[in-house]
Amino acid sequence: MDTIVALSAGLLVAGGVYLLHAPNLMRLIFGLMLLGNAANLVLLAGGRFFGAVPPLIAEGETLVAGDPANALPQALALTAIVISFGILAFAIILVLRSYQFLGTADADAMRLAEPDTAWESPGESPGESPGESPGESR
Amino acid sequence: MTDILLLAPVGLPLLTAIVAVFLRHAPHWQRRLNLAGSLALTVAAAALFAAVMDDAVLSSQMGGWPAPFGITLVADGLSAIMVLVAAVMGLLIAIYALADIDDTLLRRGFVVYYQILVGGVCGAFLTGDLFNLYVWFETTLIASFGLLVLGGTREQLDAGVKYVVVNVAATLLLLISIGMLYGLTGTLNLADLSRTVADIDNDGLLNLISVLFIVAFGIKAALFPFFFWLPASYHTPATAVTAIFGALLTKLGVYALIRLFTLVLTHDPAFTNTVLLVLALLTMVTGVLGAAAQNDVNRILSFHIISQIGYMILGLALYAPLAVAGAIIYTVHNILAKTNLFLIAGILRRHAGSLELHRLGGFYQARPALAVAFLISALSLAGLPPLSGFWAKLIVVQAGMDAQAYAAAGIALAVGFLTLFSMTKIWIGAFWTPAPPDAEPVTPPSRAGAWALQAPVWVLVACIVLAGFTAETLFGLSLEAGRALMDPSTYIATVLPPGA
Repeated sequence: MDTIVALSAGLLVAGGVYLLHAPNLMRLIFGLMLLGNAANLVLLAGGRFFGAVPPLIAEGETLVAGDPANALPQALALTAIVISFGILAFAIILVLRSYQFLGTADADAMRLAEPDTAWESPGESPGESPGESPGESR
Repeated sequence: MTDILLLAPVGLPLLTAIVAVFLRHAPHWQRRLNLAGSLALTVAAAALFAAVMDDAVLSSQMGGWPAPFGITLVADGLSAIMVLVAAVMGLLIAIYALADIDDTLLRRGFVVYYQILVGGVCGAFLTGDLFNLYVWFETTLIASFGLLVLGGTREQLDAGVKYVVVNVAATLLLLISIGMLYGLTGTLNLADLSRTVADIDNDGLLNLISVLFIVAFGIKAALFPFFFWLPASYHTPATAVTAIFGALLTKLGVYALIRLFTLVLTHDPAFTNTVLLVLALLTMVTGVLGAAAQNDVNRILSFHIISQIGYMILGLALYAPLAVAGAIIYTVHNILAKTNLFLIAGILRRHAGSLELHRLGGFYQARPALAVAFLISALSLAGLPPLSGFWAKLIVVQAGMDAQAYAAAGIALAVGFLTLFSMTKIWIGAFWTPAPPDAEPVTPPSRAGAWALQAPVWVLVACIVLAGFTAETLFGLSLEAGRALMDPSTYIATVLPPGA
């Protein structure tokens, strides 16, 4: 079990990092998803896999009968899953919005906030003055 | 009583945020609510600070579960100082936001995100549990996402994508490092971790985990070589948002590094501190050189955040009570000076419509008082006596001399000179040169708006000057906090009472 989990976590990290290097924004999001799942596996593996009995103590007993599962990492992973669900939902909408407004999903083409023309002659930077414009309708 | 003291700085902003959700169609009331919430937080933070000054370390177990099983809130000297500074910044920037944030942004939920951000930062400063620290980081992160893209302009979306991807990757790395540390120790309570790690005889794995933590928090703190997201995003949102980001977000990463590497991962200081030292020096140098190449005031200031983070981590890496005290003073000083520079830049942008140096000019004539405020903050940032920055830099350099890290001390001084160069560049470009001929006519904000923009600037100038003249008090506080960090026995005994 440990070996399988370790291998899958490693595979997920490798895939995630590979996708994070892609210029396409949607692939970046997929990369983050894979990385998130790897993190959850690492959390679970941190609690070891040694039992399958629910960690509940029967009435009248003082110990759990049999080998209890470690409940804490499960709770941690659940928290992390919920958080990453929210964040990824936001990230996907953000990518969709920037595709609609900027007309590209290519991270290398997105230079509005960091124009190349920092040292060039005045008046050549493509963007309007940052921050102040009211923004497109929502 | 202790429970309420520790809970209030976290609970009040979150409560304010919830009320703000219901008031989102009433911008007028939202402004008042933001101010009231921030004021309440400042009072709570001051009360906590006073209590910690009396009583070294306070701790409280949430839900009555004893540590290390429950979630612990702890306030020691460092936490109390940071919470107080964060609350004061929250209040000052809330005042600035009265005029800076328009009704559209308020309807989109500015106050909600703002309060969650401040509450999340306070939560991270006060938690005594590693996984809880991760949760507070995520809270802050989500709020900062919202604030960053609130205007919905193209620059903000562009910046938002980079900011989101890099920061989410960083939190996932943090989660992986937490999982590995938990796997090694079986606990997540910081005080308990401190005891457990000392007994673990696996320095190789601990070093690996340390490096993972340095990368994860290093991205948050914008350390070299993980800083690229910061100058790509910080200049795009409204000034109040940039100011609160600059004041609190990177400092959160610095705080987490200080906490972790003085309390928990102290197994092999020779290794971890060398890594931190090298990163700190490279951060200082690249930040200040990056700033020299910029022509936009906000981008120059963003690069200076990075270079200043280097000083704070340098203090941590030198790893002595004096050095850690220096890191704390530096953090406080930097929050004051850098926030003020962003606020002043925001006023300039209101007048000139841009922050590119070639479009600015003539402000020394047009706004002499503002010019003085800028000069004081900029000179403090560069470390000229008798302002707050001088003492902060002096202590870090002194600690470097004590540790016989002469090269580090020399670089710290040289970076100070280069900071002065960048500040002079802004000064000449925005204040001394005459306004460019094609400049739009100056449109000052309304009378009522003007005071809201200027009051925080002058309060911060007063703080910077006062911190310079009462350096002895500030130094005493920080040295005490630094000593407590280097010898965490009181911290551990308070969280895990012996015999309990």
